[in-house]
Amino acid sequence: MSSFEYASAPESKAIANIASSYGLFIGGKFVEPKKGKSFNTINPANEELLSKVGYADKLDIDLAVKSARSAFTKVWSKLPAKERGKYLYRIARILQERAREFAVVETLDNGKPIRESRDTDIPLAAAHFFYHAGWADKLEYAGVGNKPKPLGVVGQIIPWNFPLLMLAWKIAPALAAGNTVVLKPAETTPLTALLFAQVCQQAGLPEGVVNIVTGDGITGAALVNHPDINKIAFTGSTEVGKAIARSISATKKSATLELGGKAANIVFDDAAIDEAVEGIVNGIFFNQGHVCCAGSRLLIQENVSDEVIEKLKKRMSLIRVGDPMDKNTDLGAINSKEQLKRIHEISNTGDAEGANRWSPECKLPTKGYWYPPTIFTGVSQSHRIARDEIFGPVLSVLTFRTPAEGIEKANNSMYGLSAGIWSDKGAKILWAAKQLKAGVIWANTFNKFDPASPFGGYKESGWGREGGRHGLAGYLASDAKVSK
Amino acid sequence: MIVDGSEVSLKKFLSDLPPVDQVGAEARASMLATRSIKTTSKAWAIDMAISMVDLTTLEGADSAGKVKALCAKAVRPDPTDLTVPSVGAICVYNDMVKIARTELDAIGGGDVAVAAVATAFPSGRATLTVKKLDTQDAIDAGANEIDMVIDRGAFLSGHLGEVFDQIKVIKELCGNKAHLKVILETGELVTYDNVRKASYLAMLAGADFIKTSTGKVAPAATAPVVLVMLEAVRDYFALTGTRIGVKPAGGIRTTKDAIKQLVLVNETAGSEWLKPSLFRIGASALLNDLLMQRMKLRTGHYASANYVTMD
Repeated sequence: MSSFEYASAPESKAIANIASSYGLFIGGKFVEPKKGKSFNTINPANEELLSKVGYADKLDIDLAVKSARSAFTKVWSKLPAKERGKYLYRIARILQERAREFAVVETLDNGKPIRESRDTDIPLAAAHFFYHAGWADKLEYAGVGNKPKPLGVVGQIIPWNFPLLMLAWKIAPALAAGNTVVLKPAETTPLTALLFAQVCQQAGLPEGVVNIVTGDGITGAALVNHPDINKIAFTGSTEVGKAIARSISATKKSATLELGGKAANIVFDDAAIDEAVEGIVNGIFFNQGHVCCAGSRLLIQENVSDEVIEKLKKRMSLIRVGDPMDKNTDLGAINSKEQLKRIHEISNTGDAEGANRWSPECKLPTKGYWYPPTIFTGVSQSHRIARDEIFGPVLSVLTFRTPAEGIEKANNSMYGLSAGIWSDKGAKILWAAKQLKAGVIWANTFNKFDPASPFGGYKESGWGREGGRHGLAGYLASDAKVSK
Repeated sequence: MIVDGSEVSLKKFLSDLPPVDQVGAEARASMLATRSIKTTSKAWAIDMAISMVDLTTLEGADSAGKVKALCAKAVRPDPTDLTVPSVGAICVYNDMVKIARTELDAIGGGDVAVAAVATAFPSGRATLTVKKLDTQDAIDAGANEIDMVIDRGAFLSGHLGEVFDQIKVIKELCGNKAHLKVILETGELVTYDNVRKASYLAMLAGADFIKTSTGKVAPAATAPVVLVMLEAVRDYFALTGTRIGVKPAGGIRTTKDAIKQLVLVNETAGSEWLKPSLFRIGASALLNDLLMQRMKLRTGHYASANYVTMD
């Protein structure tokens, strides 16, 4: 060996006991779907079959909602608040104990690097349960009146980018507030949710408090349209979010929607350049760019743009793309064939509309779904790659001349989920944060999450917040406004 | 010439450098510490690290016998396995230079350099006259490398020109007889911004190497400090076309620590810096841990400390 090449350092799969098939988790038990249908879930890094999971249709959804309703009226709503808290603490601890197993299964099913599932997804999921466990007996301080009440049965639909973490964001506050849930994981990443069902059994959680139904968009629609659901919590695309909003418009159902984004990451000329470059890389290449709050629009002040782009390219050539199970991998597989197609389609408009594409030299595996880390320079506001959410490792680079122009460009988007500010000047950061129309604003960092901090967007990025007191309030009603 | 050496031009140049964000630099360094270096790459890294060690003894109790013993260790770190490379250099006080050089040459260690800590090491608190004499004395005794300390008092009180001039004078004394390593003593500079500025100051004044610490002040070679210095040499190369070396010293005791340093080099300055002429590790206890890990890789089991020599 003449240079420092890192030998492969794969995490062991031995810890992951993935069953050859899974049923639906309804009423505390795994049951076969009524019509006996199932679908495959594969490892997107090599297209190998991981397991077959049950396909829930309308009948199964009805059963799951009934089980959740019965658990709500008979058990969960009658339980003293601190007892609910104990269950949540128990779940949090089990997640920590089984963290490695969860990390391995998450990486196999999703394609994200093991470093990220190990260091980010699973610890944060456990942290969400710990945080909300503490809230369970303190709901009168959540800011929704003296005697806040749970809403009842909540239907929850989560995406494939952070399967277990999104489950935790949904289930932990719902349970802490005293609701019961029917949760549908994403079609391509059901496994950690099914593993979580086992955690519920292990924690002795009363039957029916958590129900997990696997399926596709039709399954999700059946859940949204079920008449006995009190609230829908959805994270996913703006397109589906709009459809949900339409279908619940004439009902009493409330909704929290976490939708798309096209975050501006703004680098001012007085920024700490090396750390800004790290932040840009983290902003767009973390989790293959499958992040709704990804910093996918880089806005650089013109007088430092050459320097930043040069350093960014150098840094990008160090990104290690490949086997997600390798502990040194930085960029893993694209989650599905469908998503890869979408990334290709939108990125190709960048070439067609006159932007300049650049990727470092990197060898992509032949099997599985892969896309190299990519930047487009010379992008204008009117290019499609500057407007549409690509949800992949593709960064659009724009420039601005004055701080005011930077803010104007940043806000010129139908989305408003997150934004990043890079400057060494405190006053400028505060000024910029005030002007930006985004729900989450990071200063000199990016993609930092904490259970105590509310997350959510402006405009087409969604309704409501998740996390913190604000997120919790979305699962509570102030008085007797509760149905049944 | 990037700067003309005047206080004004130095201040202008250094204050135009982009700032370092403390949180971000520390986050990057700790992310790189998670790299998993196994099997063939570990074997490569251990041998590379051994060849980069500046085997150091800087004690009041140092004697000719102690230094000679260290020389033997430097040339053949593991007498039972001659495939182990020699270390990069022996690092001693001035009065031991001649003893070390003579001994190394006598036992076939002509390639192992002798580094002398000069300029009123470790505090640097002496007049320039004394510092010059100190350096000349080391060079005359046969030192191949001069590890000088900067005047931290002058740096912290803003007398950048004074620091610059001192380095320049010492560099002139070194000429082509000795390589100049400039010790920043980052533990006394405290902030990463100061580390970046002092790194550039030393490079502009003619340093061949920039070195973190004397080993007498804690904290010494922390990962974020080394990261900032590696960024400085990388960017200085882009600016001037000259590659300056980096030497972390102090607190690097285990193979794991050393491999983390190599990962920092590899993913910051780049693989061009992964050679003893551009990266050294100042250490004493580290060498034995490297040897023990090397044995473990070769034989599959750990040996007790008695299987490596104590010097």
